[in-house]
Amino acid sequence: MAITQCSLFLMNQPGQLVDAVGAISAAGANIRAMSISEANDFGILRAIITEPERICAELKDRFLITRTPVVAAKMDDRSGALFPILEVLNKANINIEYMYAFTGTGPEEAYVVLRVNDPENAESVLNAAGIGTLSDDNLTL
Amino acid sequence: MSRYYQPEIETAPREKILEIQNEKIVRQVRHVWDHVPYYRHLMEEKGLTPEDIQSVEDIRKLPFLSKADLRDAYPYGLLGTDLKNCVRIQSTSGTTGKRVVAFYTQHDIDLWEDCTARAIVATGGSEEDVVQVCYGYGLFTGGAGLHGGSHKVGCLTLPMSSGNTERQIQFMMDLNATILCCTPSYAAYIGESLAEQGYKPEDNNLRAGIFGAEPWTEEMRRDIEKKLGIKAYDIYGLTEISGPGVAFECEEQHGMHVNEDHFYVEIINPETGEPLPDGEKGELVFTCLDKEAFPLLRYRTRDICVLNRTPCSCGRTHVRMAKPMGRSDDMLIIRGVNVFPSQIETVLLAEGYTPNYQIVVDRERNTDTFDVYVEVGADQFSDLMSQIQRMEKSLEGALRTMLGISPRVHLVAPRTITRSEGKAVRVIDRRKLHD
Repeated sequence: MAITQCSLFLMNQPGQLVDAVGAISAAGANIRAMSISEANDFGILRAIITEPERICAELKDRFLITRTPVVAAKMDDRSGALFPILEVLNKANINIEYMYAFTGTGPEEAYVVLRVNDPENAESVLNAAGIGTLSDDNLTL
Repeated sequence: MSRYYQPEIETAPREKILEIQNEKIVRQVRHVWDHVPYYRHLMEEKGLTPEDIQSVEDIRKLPFLSKADLRDAYPYGLLGTDLKNCVRIQSTSGTTGKRVVAFYTQHDIDLWEDCTARAIVATGGSEEDVVQVCYGYGLFTGGAGLHGGSHKVGCLTLPMSSGNTERQIQFMMDLNATILCCTPSYAAYIGESLAEQGYKPEDNNLRAGIFGAEPWTEEMRRDIEKKLGIKAYDIYGLTEISGPGVAFECEEQHGMHVNEDHFYVEIINPETGEPLPDGEKGELVFTCLDKEAFPLLRYRTRDICVLNRTPCSCGRTHVRMAKPMGRSDDMLIIRGVNVFPSQIETVLLAEGYTPNYQIVVDRERNTDTFDVYVEVGADQFSDLMSQIQRMEKSLEGALRTMLGISPRVHLVAPRTITRSEGKAVRVIDRRKLHD
């Protein structure tokens, strides 16, 4: 089961990011991982947040926010650990739109967040290759 | 069921219409000269006397009236008869300055209501119909105009006035309204409210709607027709000339027939005031032909429009005017091309965007820059950068096709377009700062 990423459309202007993060903070959620991509006028803040459903519902009147299923693949926090994950996806002919990573709470534990066209298929080929993936339920671990 | 309310005049040969107009304009100009010193003075300034106007051909000699004249002459300066002969006042909302107050004799009311009756019959209306009028009643001409026309046709009239959507829907459903008269935006709202209450388009008894008093697009028409399960007809009018019904749409839904036996219509170049040939885009000008109390001659509407004199399959011979494409004061000239904000709005709605946008025009190195900022809706937002950039490119393409010049499109977050007093600021023209 894929995890839920929250994406926020923000203008590329001072004050926008602090507003968004302030709202997430006020809602009492924890941002486990995030990345920002920018264009001339706007940027997209993508974040793995605890309780994504509730946060999206609470923020949707103030921000343009959407939920996207992404795959969070577990890996060791050591050199060479990312390679087998990408290799498995490549063999299954799965395209990666974008990715970012965060470290886990356990020792030498890390996760790579993958935005792919077919998250269900990506997850099953990863799992079949012995690579663990996160679900929303065990995100807070 | 008759297709026309006044078949003899609505389908009269062109020569007959011209004959009527020629006869009426001579009398109308004489009436104004005798009773309206304000206009008589304008004529004298041009060295004109009533004898100079012998036919509608001579109308082009007459001075224009504009909104500014109505302000200057407020309230009685353009009155064409003694107040004791007047039976009614109607007024504009006053959103663009001082209110316009228009006076009517019973004769003026009658000819106005004939016009709205023609509009109702053009939708197939007859004494079998139940007409729900939810234009505002009161000073606004919308309610009174359609109400009077509905009476003339002999329809059962529901004088609902505007607002209280709950009650509108209850009367519509319980009393089997067949023709709905209101603003297009209210029609769309009623459609949504019906759907929210679980009604399907075929559950109501409506078959036609007569919508006007605000700009609307072809896309909006299709949307209303689908939501309510009706055919939607456009109607045009202005308080200065009488009210709704100056022009109305027939079943062709391709332009509105101007009631030429009462109102003479011209298209002029808004810059020079020169009349333009049919088919050319310019400012719409009306001359009343047989009004008593408020007989405006050559009134500049500021609406930009095109006339079409090709014969209409409905059998009516009166000239058709297109839906106004904007106000002459809204028109922008960007890199030599005429651009109306309403054209941009049409494209946005067709492409699935909200009509929340802002046009910014500036000048860089002696060339006009043209930027359009558009708010993205929640259902359009994607987490993929590439997708949003594709949307921008695709919207630029659609705007280029409509306008003939390329804007730069910027998608922005909802509620970021500057608003003033609740109204969105549509155009920012910074070129003036450099001139």
